[in-house]
Amino acid sequence: MADPMRIRAVIKDGAVNVKILMSHAMETGQRKDGDGKPIPAHYIQHVSATWQGKVVLSAQWGTAVAKNPFLEFSFKGGQKGEKIQVTWTDNKGEKRTDEATIN
Amino acid sequence: MNQTRRNVLKAGGGASLYALLAAAGMLRPDTALAADWNQKAFEAKNLKDAFDALGAGSRADSIGIFMTAPEIAENGAVVPIGAVSKIPGTESIAILIAKNPTALAANFDIPAGTEPSVSTRVKMAETSEVHVLVKAQGKFYVTKKEIKVTIGGCGG
Repeated sequence: MADPMRIRAVIKDGAVNVKILMSHAMETGQRKDGDGKPIPAHYIQHVSATWQGKVVLSAQWGTAVAKNPFLEFSFKGGQKGEKIQVTWTDNKGEKRTDEATIN
Repeated sequence: MNQTRRNVLKAGGGASLYALLAAAGMLRPDTALAADWNQKAFEAKNLKDAFDALGAGSRADSIGIFMTAPEIAENGAVVPIGAVSKIPGTESIAILIAKNPTALAANFDIPAGTEPSVSTRVKMAETSEVHVLVKAQGKFYVTKKEIKVTIGGCGG
């Protein structure tokens, strides 16, 4: 299973600023290994962040998002102590959800 | 195959599989897939085909979209891109890289209550124009910036 995401959610200028660092190879399918064989594409296709059951961000990604993806966004309404969940799903159907507390 | 799924598939006719499964309650509500993964857009090899696949064949240049990106990216494998839309009613923000093997890098859905501002990092194969496409109130707007790349980042 992939390494956990690092998520920081901080109240800033009246909104919750969320920074996420995901752990994922984001292989494009174009690289070749030492024997010259193509390394299959393996990349996150869907991301969603939820707070109090509401989706506060969702995204669809292609192979051009960089390895170990970084994502930052902000949403209104969250309060200190509440939690946000972030889920990613990749092209192989692998999935990971992590949670963080708003600070 | 379980009976519910068989009935759902029989009833489906031409409807999309996703819609069928959602209707049958077979997708967990917390899946939260706000939009399907647009295969046609993500596999489009050039900018025009990507814009068309996103429904943005008709789009207006806008001075209301702000991109934060380096003039020169030392490492094409990790290029930071920020995009902020000041256009009212922004629903989504997409990043497209003209000279990448596939132009569309990412599409972000902005629900009500979320600021129309995203930052991420992308791979760029070579020096290229990077376009930010905003959908707002059903219409499309775009801005672009050239980013020079010293070492390309797509591998291969």
